[in-house]
Amino acid sequence: MAVHEIVEDDAAPRQGQSRRGIWRQLRRHTTVVVGAAILSLIVLLTLIGPWLAVHDPLTIDPLNRMAAPSAQHIFGTDAFGRDLFSRTIHGGRISLTVGLVVGVAASVIGLGLGLISGYSRIADAILMRVMDGLMSIPTILLAIALMAVTRASVYTVIFAITIVELPRVVRLVRSVVLTIREQAFIEAATISGTRFWKVLIRHILPNTVAPMTVQATYICAAAILIESLLSFLGAGTPPEIPSWGNIMAEGRSYFQLAPWIILIPGTVLAVTVLAINLMGDGLRDMLDPRLANQV
Amino acid sequence: MKFSRRIIGLASAVGVACAVTAGTASAQEDKITVRSIPIGNLKVLDPIWTTAYITRNHAYMVWDTLFATDADGAIQPQMVDSWETSDDGLTWTFTLRDGLKWHDGAPVTAEDCVASIKRWGARDGMGQTLMDFTDSVEAVDDKTFKLVLNEPVGFVLDAFGKIDSNVPFMMPKRIAETDPNEQIEEIIGSGPFRFVADEWVPGSEVVYEKFEDYVPRDEPPSLAAGGKVVHIDRVESVYMPDAGVAMAALGSGEVDLHESPPTELLPMVEGNPDVTLAPNDPLGYQLFMVINHLNPPFDNKAARQALQWGTKQSDYMATIVGNPDRWQECGAMYGCGTSSESHAGEEPVLTLDVERAKTLLEEAGYDGSPIILMDPADNSTLHPAALVAAQSLRRIGLTVEVQAMDWSTLTQRRASKASVGEGGWNVFVTNSTIAGISNPLIHSFAKNCDKAWYGWPCEEKVPDLIRNWALESNSDTRAELVDQIQELNYQNVTYIPLGQYRPVVAYRKEIQDVIPSPSLFYWGLKKSTD
Amino acid sequence: MTIYIIRRLLATIPVLLIVAVVVFSILYLAPGDPAAIIAGDQATVSQVEDIRRNLGLDRPFHEQFLNWLGDIVRGDFGQSIFSNRPVIDLFLQRLEPTLALALTTTIITILLAVPLGVVAAWKAGSWIDRLVMSFAVVGFSFPVFVIGYILIYVFSITLGLLPVQGYRSLEDGFLPFISHLILPSLALAMSFMALVARITRASVLEVLAQDHIRTARSKGLTTGKLLFSHALPNAAVPIVTIIGVGIAILLGGVVVTESVFAIPGVGRLVVDAILARDYPIIQGVLLIFSGVYVALNLLLDILYTFLDPRIQY
Repeated sequence: MAVHEIVEDDAAPRQGQSRRGIWRQLRRHTTVVVGAAILSLIVLLTLIGPWLAVHDPLTIDPLNRMAAPSAQHIFGTDAFGRDLFSRTIHGGRISLTVGLVVGVAASVIGLGLGLISGYSRIADAILMRVMDGLMSIPTILLAIALMAVTRASVYTVIFAITIVELPRVVRLVRSVVLTIREQAFIEAATISGTRFWKVLIRHILPNTVAPMTVQATYICAAAILIESLLSFLGAGTPPEIPSWGNIMAEGRSYFQLAPWIILIPGTVLAVTVLAINLMGDGLRDMLDPRLANQV
Repeated sequence: MKFSRRIIGLASAVGVACAVTAGTASAQEDKITVRSIPIGNLKVLDPIWTTAYITRNHAYMVWDTLFATDADGAIQPQMVDSWETSDDGLTWTFTLRDGLKWHDGAPVTAEDCVASIKRWGARDGMGQTLMDFTDSVEAVDDKTFKLVLNEPVGFVLDAFGKIDSNVPFMMPKRIAETDPNEQIEEIIGSGPFRFVADEWVPGSEVVYEKFEDYVPRDEPPSLAAGGKVVHIDRVESVYMPDAGVAMAALGSGEVDLHESPPTELLPMVEGNPDVTLAPNDPLGYQLFMVINHLNPPFDNKAARQALQWGTKQSDYMATIVGNPDRWQECGAMYGCGTSSESHAGEEPVLTLDVERAKTLLEEAGYDGSPIILMDPADNSTLHPAALVAAQSLRRIGLTVEVQAMDWSTLTQRRASKASVGEGGWNVFVTNSTIAGISNPLIHSFAKNCDKAWYGWPCEEKVPDLIRNWALESNSDTRAELVDQIQELNYQNVTYIPLGQYRPVVAYRKEIQDVIPSPSLFYWGLKKSTD
Repeated sequence: MTIYIIRRLLATIPVLLIVAVVVFSILYLAPGDPAAIIAGDQATVSQVEDIRRNLGLDRPFHEQFLNWLGDIVRGDFGQSIFSNRPVIDLFLQRLEPTLALALTTTIITILLAVPLGVVAAWKAGSWIDRLVMSFAVVGFSFPVFVIGYILIYVFSITLGLLPVQGYRSLEDGFLPFISHLILPSLALAMSFMALVARITRASVLEVLAQDHIRTARSKGLTTGKLLFSHALPNAAVPIVTIIGVGIAILLGGVVVTESVFAIPGVGRLVVDAILARDYPIIQGVLLIFSGVYVALNLLLDILYTFLDPRIQY
């Protein structure tokens, strides 16, 4: 959940990779390949799942409650007799969407705020205090508190997790901007009269791409986990939507009678998060060989 | 090395602290302590301020009542020793038992009771009705007080002895004089247990200790009536947020008693020879659907009737209760097994006729706009019920939008009379103890239109019939009135009963003689300590 | 040094002020109505209105905020809407289980994860390293509650070794105290350990590559002595940092763990309060939590000067 915090201190600004280099690297870094393969498989399953699943994820069947995995229900059924396979597949769409959107949204907004912060002293002073403030409240608590304000929906879950993850991206981008600003080539560019936005596009953005990509994968994994924790605590995705967190939250009481309700989605979630984290680790090694020997 | 040495230092410091405190471990072994899991999280301690059942149950430990309901539904004296009624039925004189004491040692006086009755009468529905018929309540002497009515109503004792919230609990005068809209600060009663204030951990644990000076009646205990003889020293009531963990704790003997084990989790302990399951309330609960009569399409009677024909009680009961020994279909508004049980006009409530429902919807001119169904997703009984409701509404051709929220949000939103577009609602499902709806006067839907409970049904003739019922003392005439009231309500589809179910209480084999009751009582029960 | 500490102390004020604004405003905007909940199931609309007025929930935002902030500065965190008891009392009452849980988790983590990380670094590239690192990745992939339920299922229900739930104070004896804490601490330690093991490995690896270690090695020091008296102390700064950061994460994880294991700690207090919309508790506890976090960071910064004499101010 907090792996990505390691990155920000170590992330050094550097020039972009050449395309040929990336493919050579890919072969060398098996973790990225393995991670990507597992993740693709899960994504594929959630996409074609509705054609594989013969049962509706929402239909209640009181006579078939808590049925163990069988030929008819390969993941079994939950406490309302709903087919767990269909629900897990369906839930994958929700959880992956939350992960993806939060990863992208936090990166994009964080990039914007980080750039502003790196360039304006006044904005920096204010923004950084706000970010410090947000970071000082435990992640889960801040997210539930935010969920308490808004009416539960997938959008508000995405909103809450994005806010919670934002400070780390902002700090990362800001540190990159500050480092580069000090570097001679920027000074040179400024002196030579190049306009601000050109500096931005030519020097700053390319240098943030690598650490940001790595950071975004970690945020994506963290978002999927946080969604499950929020739903577990009753403050996440609306309960009628079968996200992985909700399936497990509804199954929590039955862990002794029907452990599959919580274990199957839990394992699928863990494998997904694992795959994304593997990809993140691999990407970091690949994009930043200086760190390859370290973590 | 600095670093690791510090850690070792910290660890050994903890070790020493442990050794020291282990030596002073307090001995509660000679006391008989019952550890139990309550029906919910006790948040409010004032049983007059809130109607929450958890608070009512807590209050039965700490406070005592003037009268009480026994197992046959009859009202018996509890704190009252004797009482008499004047010939015109207007003046009631009550005399208290000897030896009644508050937990702080002061004697219970008639003044205390008068103040308590007034505070209760300001908040409780039945209490308010009683006050409407009351000219005065006054203390005559230390142990006698007088109630003077303006009409000879038949429900005075029913009101004083009611077992459903708000129960008229007797409190010391200084506490009972608290503004009825504010919570009381001091938890001092004259009941069989003392509330141990400094051991209360809100949201987790409530501790009671036996009140040694309590003088029980001589009669054997029967529901809330009879002698409250306490055989244990201490009750630790521990709230556990996770239902599965709570059941596991009962199974492993970490707790002695579970007041409301969820029916769907009972298989966890059913094969366990150390755990007894017993019905705790012969009447149980009624599940029901509340319909908002202000918002279309259900402002139209035909649309409401469509709902009525489109529901099947067994759908709900099989899903939320499961085991068919623990539920029954019941078409009686005031519950099956009560003195007001009636079967007048129950056919549409008990019959599923999807075609008829569809025709009625068409007749009502339903335009396909979504029905807002509120789903209290944090409630283990009502959440499944909402899911079943969604399915049954869709079955008759309604478009349904399930809006999930926690129970607390639902309790707020249901008060909204706004239209659907402005945060209003159409239907939700909730439940009540049968004891709480067992006659026309205390039923949730006793009042009409603007004054009615959520949903605001209007049936003009009902209030007069209920008033007549309250004034009537002949049981045959009362039964006829109940038939009329129920029939009118069902024709108008005031609300829809969805079945009656009986929860159980579960306890370890060391526990015996639990009194069956909708509110678990800790008097009478014994715990063997070997 | 003193000037540095004072400067750091002053810098915490705007942060805490911002937390105060954030905490107060998000809850002010919340839709749930505590008045309706308190009034109970059968209450009428006018009863709900009365309660709202009595609690001051009908007053304007800035008025409520300034009153609240003024009280906080005076050390008064208000009263719980439901139990009518001072928030600070409720907090202190719940503090012991949470501290015990956090402390045991931290001890378990340090005792297991630091040696694991050191060994992984020493045997970098070997199967031991791979095993430790795989565990590290798996450790933070499972939600903490799933780990919790697996532990309960195996150790409490199936094997009957440890209690299912609850908390016993040290006053009840060390054995009940620790036996109630083992499972929740393990569940909570899982992701924390993963983090600390990774960082330890990385930091030790970096130190091992440095010149003075090579020198020490060439002088013929034993591996154990080399690792634990030379490499580890030099790698202490990042490890301590991550333990500090980790404690903040721990405070979040505590919320979930306490709810699974029915531990009456601060985490459950605040989650229950959020779900019940008991505003004063949420506001008070969130503020205290972030205060603790800020203080912890301050302490860590100061600790660095001792751990790493190279850092100068």
